[in-house]
Amino acid sequence: MQIPSGLEAENLSEASRRKKVGWIGDWLFLNLTRGFAVFALLILLGIIVALIIGAWPAIKTFGLGFLTSTDWSPPKEKFGALIPIYGTLVSSFLALVIAVPVSFGIALFLTELSPNWLRRPLGIAIELLAGIPSIVYGMWGLLFFAPLFAKYAQPFLANTFGRIPLLGQLFAGPHFGIGMLTAGIILAVMVIPFIASVMRDVFEVTPTLLKESAYGLGCTTWEVVWNVVLPYTRVGVVGGIMLGLGRALGETMAVTFVIGNSNAFEGLSLFLPGNSITSALANEFAEAEEGLHSASLMYLGLVLFAITLAVLTASRLLLLRIQKQQGGR
Amino acid sequence: MAFFPLAQRRKWTNRVALTLSMCAMTFGLLWLIWILVTVTGIGVSALKPALFMEMTPPPGGQGGLANAIAGSMVMVVLATLLGTPIGILTGIFLAEYGQRGWLAEITRFINDLLLSAPSIVIGLFMYEIYVARRGSFSGMAGALALALIVIPVVVRTTENMLLLIPNTLREAAFALGASRWKVILMVTVRAARAGIMTGVLLAVARIAGETAPLLFTALSNQFWSLDLNKPMANLPVTIFKFAMSPFPDWQRLAWAGVFLITLGVLAINILARTLLAKRTEN
Repeated sequence: MQIPSGLEAENLSEASRRKKVGWIGDWLFLNLTRGFAVFALLILLGIIVALIIGAWPAIKTFGLGFLTSTDWSPPKEKFGALIPIYGTLVSSFLALVIAVPVSFGIALFLTELSPNWLRRPLGIAIELLAGIPSIVYGMWGLLFFAPLFAKYAQPFLANTFGRIPLLGQLFAGPHFGIGMLTAGIILAVMVIPFIASVMRDVFEVTPTLLKESAYGLGCTTWEVVWNVVLPYTRVGVVGGIMLGLGRALGETMAVTFVIGNSNAFEGLSLFLPGNSITSALANEFAEAEEGLHSASLMYLGLVLFAITLAVLTASRLLLLRIQKQQGGR
Repeated sequence: MAFFPLAQRRKWTNRVALTLSMCAMTFGLLWLIWILVTVTGIGVSALKPALFMEMTPPPGGQGGLANAIAGSMVMVVLATLLGTPIGILTGIFLAEYGQRGWLAEITRFINDLLLSAPSIVIGLFMYEIYVARRGSFSGMAGALALALIVIPVVVRTTENMLLLIPNTLREAAFALGASRWKVILMVTVRAARAGIMTGVLLAVARIAGETAPLLFTALSNQFWSLDLNKPMANLPVTIFKFAMSPFPDWQRLAWAGVFLITLGVLAINILARTLLAKRTEN
């Protein structure tokens, strides 16, 4: 036991001072960053609460009947959401019907077929498709794609699928160029990059050993993908599709431009104009009267948010499961 | 065919499937090229100096997009300045402190939801908490709405980039006696700088073309105004209004605007990716 000399004592206190500063700094910094993490949680809660408050007058007046009524007339102060909800669901469903097989093809190409030097540039090109702002899709769709679609594709569809009984109903009616089907196609192009890149990423985690074993048994590339890769990554693939669905449901500008914005239900035909939740909001909200009209639009927003959150949550949970499957890589 | 029907069939299935896969790839690329070619083709012909000098015209008049371009820039810069620090700090928490805790788990989950949540709902939210209270549409509300879109993008990339930094680097700094916050700020964040910048750039690219959240917040303005408490002109909403109108002059301006946005967004995207590619090569 030796009494520390002056110099050593000074060193000690300097060290303990720095330790203390470090400790305070640590505490401050941890709580600062933690505070912002909590802030992110509060955003989500805030959105839900604000929407409910904004929609409250409409919720009180219409209750759940709002979801099943087709009446939407601001002058009469009667509001029902069925037509926009129908439009949102149908256009998103159409988008998935087109986007899922195409995305699967793209992911298959990028993981199994493409030569190595092409993989990166092609992957980036597909991701750029996701980078194009939705207003560009919308305007391009309305002013450029829709006229071409009306002139060439719609007569063709009407003359082929339109003649099949039952299914033909979907392709009946006038050829405006804009409408549900156009919205579905534009949406499909917009969600393809999201679905394709998730599928590519999950395909890449399939253990090479599994694939090589299948090839060793004499499987063709297709058989390996269909019977080995796809079953192995099933959960992730579904997660990717749900992610695309979430995107499609909430997409605003592209849909508003090309869906036709008609609030009347005139038949099942996909050629007819319709309305989606997002396009109703985009068109009406800024000009809506304070009161029941704007509250009903808030209610629509709340419904949209609830649907997308449910879909995105499902997607996230599925994708988390495949991450765990990888065993905490 | 006659000798090995099964083998032949398998071979043909394979060929058909692989051809279809190539078709899908071409299909995806075709849209990209088709959109870029038409937007560039029509957009370039609408580019004139007046576009950057004159204000948005009334229907049928001549004019430019100067006020809209300026307004968009103000809001994007402001939103980035507001959203980036929040995003980076949250990302740091997730990567450095929250490997296991419940708060980090939930934040990560919620952040992923916000990343894909419909942007129009963000606009409704800002309307409810800011515009309705103030009683007027304003540029500030627009910037705040865009900032809410910036945050999840920056959080995501910051966390991912920090997780790429090898733990040995952290341990080396700890061994020298550095405290945790110093290690994070001086070592890991600095090492991940390029990656974090990429995230910020991607966020800018994302909000530069966002229209939906601005419809109910910044609205639009026909005149030059940089007052954050008044409605502010911006490119996306102007394009929306002009493209939906029946006036050819307005539509031409909309094409020019769409060309500018596409060019800007793609340039930022490519810049961000090259930045990242350099980083991962080192």
